[in-house]
Amino acid sequence: MPKDHGIGASSKRREDVRFLTGQGRYTDDINLQGQAYVHFLRSDVAHGMLKSVDTSAAAAMPGVVRIFTGADFEGVGGVPCGWQVTDKHGEPMQEPAHPVLAQGKVRYVGDAIAAVVAETKEQARNAAEAIELDIEELPAVVDMKAAVQEGATKVHDDLTSNLCYDWGFVEENKPAVDAAFEAATHVTTLELVNNRLSPNPMEPRVAVGDYNPGTDDSTLYTTSQNPHVIRLLMGAFVLGIPEHKLRVVAPDVGGGFGSKIFHYVEEAFCTFAAKACRRPVKWTSSRSEAFVTDAHGRDHVTKIELALDADNNFTGIRTDTYANMGAYLSTFAPSVPTWLHGTLMAGNYKTPNIYVNVKAVFTNTVPVDAYRGAGRPEATFQLERVIDKAARELGVDPIELRRQNFITEFPYATPVAVEYDTGDYEGTMTKLLEMIDRDGFEARREESARNGKLRGLGVNCYIEACGIAPSALVGQLGARAGLYESATVRVNATGGLVVMTGSHSHGQGHETSFAQVVADMIGIPEDQVEIVHGDTANTPMGMGTYGSRSIAVGGSAMVRATEKIIAKAKKIAAHLMEAAEGDVELKDGAFSVAGTDKSVAWGDVTLAAYVPHNYPLEEIEPGLEETAFYDPNNFTYPAGAYACEVEVDPDTGKVDICSFAAADDFGNVINPMIVEGQVHGGLAQGIGQALLENVSYDENGQLLSASYMDYTMPRADDVPNFQVDHSSQTPCTHNPLGVKGCGEAGAIGSPPSVVNAVVDALQRAGHTNVTHIDMPLTPTRVWAAMQG
Amino acid sequence: MYNFEFSKPSNIADAVAALSSDEAQALGGGQTLLPTMKQRLAQTDMLVSLTGIGEMQGICVGDNGELCIGGATTHAAVAADGNYPGLASLAGRIGDPAVRNRGTIGGSLANNDPSACYPAAALASGATIKTNARDIAADDYFQGMFETALEEGEIITEVRFPIPEVSNYQKFVQPASRFALVGVFVAKFADDVRVAVTGASSDGVFRWAEAEAALSADFSKAAVDALAVPSGDMISDLHGTAEYRAHLAKVMTGRAVAAAC
Ligand SMILES: Cc1cc2nc3c(=O)[nH]c(=O)nc-3n(C[C@H](O)[C@H](O)[C@H](O)COP(=O)(O)OP(=O)(O)OC[C@H]3O[C@@H](n4cnc5c(N)ncnc54)[C@H](O)[C@@H]3O)c2cc1C
Repeated sequence: MPKDHGIGASSKRREDVRFLTGQGRYTDDINLQGQAYVHFLRSDVAHGMLKSVDTSAAAAMPGVVRIFTGADFEGVGGVPCGWQVTDKHGEPMQEPAHPVLAQGKVRYVGDAIAAVVAETKEQARNAAEAIELDIEELPAVVDMKAAVQEGATKVHDDLTSNLCYDWGFVEENKPAVDAAFEAATHVTTLELVNNRLSPNPMEPRVAVGDYNPGTDDSTLYTTSQNPHVIRLLMGAFVLGIPEHKLRVVAPDVGGGFGSKIFHYVEEAFCTFAAKACRRPVKWTSSRSEAFVTDAHGRDHVTKIELALDADNNFTGIRTDTYANMGAYLSTFAPSVPTWLHGTLMAGNYKTPNIYVNVKAVFTNTVPVDAYRGAGRPEATFQLERVIDKAARELGVDPIELRRQNFITEFPYATPVAVEYDTGDYEGTMTKLLEMIDRDGFEARREESARNGKLRGLGVNCYIEACGIAPSALVGQLGARAGLYESATVRVNATGGLVVMTGSHSHGQGHETSFAQVVADMIGIPEDQVEIVHGDTANTPMGMGTYGSRSIAVGGSAMVRATEKIIAKAKKIAAHLMEAAEGDVELKDGAFSVAGTDKSVAWGDVTLAAYVPHNYPLEEIEPGLEETAFYDPNNFTYPAGAYACEVEVDPDTGKVDICSFAAADDFGNVINPMIVEGQVHGGLAQGIGQALLENVSYDENGQLLSASYMDYTMPRADDVPNFQVDHSSQTPCTHNPLGVKGCGEAGAIGSPPSVVNAVVDALQRAGHTNVTHIDMPLTPTRVWAAMQG
Repeated sequence: MYNFEFSKPSNIADAVAALSSDEAQALGGGQTLLPTMKQRLAQTDMLVSLTGIGEMQGICVGDNGELCIGGATTHAAVAADGNYPGLASLAGRIGDPAVRNRGTIGGSLANNDPSACYPAAALASGATIKTNARDIAADDYFQGMFETALEEGEIITEVRFPIPEVSNYQKFVQPASRFALVGVFVAKFADDVRVAVTGASSDGVFRWAEAEAALSADFSKAAVDALAVPSGDMISDLHGTAEYRAHLAKVMTGRAVAAAC
């Protein structure tokens, strides 16, 4: 019997009532008395010297409050980077300044040059058009490999080159890895591109700055996944506002996929301008602006080599990657191609020797940072593609080749610095095979052939590191922050609870699943628990939501805080029942004394805590409110096996996905329906990356895919009905809920099986020279591949 | 959007008068013009809406058997009309329901987007574009990407389509916009076959004469198998190379013939 409430129940998402009935309160719904609007004048050239910005005519235009340029931000901090990577020589990465408004140079199409604050949006935009710019265009740096050649034009003149860092991981492994390649009986090599993506959350970014001259307090309302992080970065590094004078509110947020983790210049601008203009200042991004200002994702160019011995055991992996940083370092950009990517290069396999080299490169393009999966999809894609290629070269079954190399004993310390606590890769693979009727494939292929279509089957495994992250470890790796999470549980006198969490929900359904956890622990109805998030004024310092960390880290903080509540409540109950504390049990919302019929309800205890007439005041304080901070001692490692069947139209190259199956191991699951929803969304994004989505620049750094006319978002009819399963469960061994996280899995695990399936279809049809096609596998590319 | 005046005349004469000023522009369904204005890529002092003009609405079959469609008739109305199934099917695949309920045939033909669908139907059918001033044969009307024979201020009041014996439109969609990456309309009349290709050429919609000749002799898919569209003038962009478009033009022609047979 599936549960109907608490942990494990598919409780309906309570937040959807307001989202689906138009009652959500998003940042753009916030309009403050006297608010002015800002329009940013953005560079339409990718690279140029900013000779002059003449605002005199614009300043005289109707409704203009004030016009800001880079000069107004001299002496103000730049937007900081939150992660420092050390290169293979032990040197820190090159870290350019990132001013709020361009100073001296523009470095990508979309770079903010000036900001007009006016009474209305239209007036701000009209005045921005009247600003006269003198920009001397410079050659644009677009191609990564060209960018790091001797003599290449520099994106940042004060850096020695366009190379942010050259990272070797693990540098000491390199000789052993090279030796493994020399000893190998077979080496498979693959060069591939991990395409650049635009995050495209449904809600574009918005920022509203407010300043109270009476108290000298600043408030920023923003579309963020982590308001405390924004408060810290913006307050401490950009504007010099102490945290007690700065409040950051991220109300309902309509999706982020990573892009709303980062601290953006528009947030700092609105906060700064509100104080400078003494009135609230609001910015709402248009979709066109979002394409050129929201941090992009992925954009890696990689060569991977896989060494095998005579028995087809993997003996070595060597990779060489160029990772695009864009024009400036976005908040977590340096960590994505390094610690979130190199550490996952072992995948699900016991390869003893692994070496990862990553060159991070500055170009005249939008900054690139974490996007759903962040680093882990890049690792998975390389590995699962090269394994498929190796299987084909060796003439062995790609599934059997994987199986034979699976890690089977846990904990398992990989050669790339992480230790998998638990897993069962054979379990998810077995489950997958039950789901996909592999034996029936040949008959389905023949049926497709009769209809003139080429059918292919692609399978892959994936592993990811979630529950980000042990603070001490990430500190060693260069993070300039801790990555714990927090929760305050406030019990009200009449028994209801408010849980204030540093995690942030922007579509994940936290308000439902978190309530399930806390209600289950106490044994009260879920509607007695309210989840509050997104406001630094009423939540404890937390690091926000990304990296599939919320249930594993935020949920664990909540468990710890609730345990403290229960411990104290038991003391009160013991007093009320005149029993020994150790004999008191809490079950189904009532305290009882073992072996007696004494019982006292949850509500009686909470009332006693706030109306302490009959209360052990000499032993415990009144009230019932506890806070916990939880710092995990390892990452969690969700893993799984995915399969995709496609049909390719040989005349047009169009790929249709016939079926997609995902067998995941997320450890324990709090709300199966929400988990399935997360997987569905991730799969749609992964399929989008594999077949449709692509950010494309021309050689002058002009964005070609700057609207939905050219950037292909997956639509409902681009994806099949998904088969998903999460019944293989190896609970996480080190967090109290045994959970691993599920938010990114779909996006991480799906691209390789789509590409594997298309290559399989073409190979079976006799296109034996087609060993790889770069994503997205658009009709024109697939057709070109078939032409030889 | 920049500010503009708005008028909504109820007859063609008033619309023509309103459009006589240099800075006035006709508004059909607004599905192309309004987004362009919102992005400030187009500016006008006066928008003259044509959708309130009764004589530009509706569909009927004329005395000579032609399908007469008012210039301000929506794609949805054309899609629902049963007289010319090939054309109705094309209209039913333009954009999404919102676009079809607003967008008009006159607006589409006036705009002559190189990836639009109607130009293929008009050209393949040998339609007549009727304006407030004259009749223009489709063969003379399309003059390259976004270029037409229309003069400044001239309004498409009606489009007259000879109805072929059989016809079919094959649309291979550009994945992002879902306009035609390549669309081919094949129309078979009693004494000839006309084939028009949209989406593919940097000169806009064109007739594929070689295929027309082959199909007039033998209306079968096999008749086009041996032909090839030269790729020299084809568009090359993110979504398809010139060679790919040329190839698709042939494939879609074959499919249209097969579907029409
Ligand atoms: C999301 C989306 C998807 C679309 N997909 C497709 C598609 O798949 N295939 C396709 O073919 N099209 C597609 N379109 C375009 C659509 O068909 C438009 O409706 C059409 O191109 C313009 O028609 P309109 O009536 O909206 O014209 P408007 O936008 O109002 O006007 C367009 C131009 O025509 C002029 N004009 C309008 N009416 C007349 C007239 N009667 N006489 C003279 N000039 C006139 C205007 O002045 C303007 O210059 C799509 C549009 C959108 C927004």
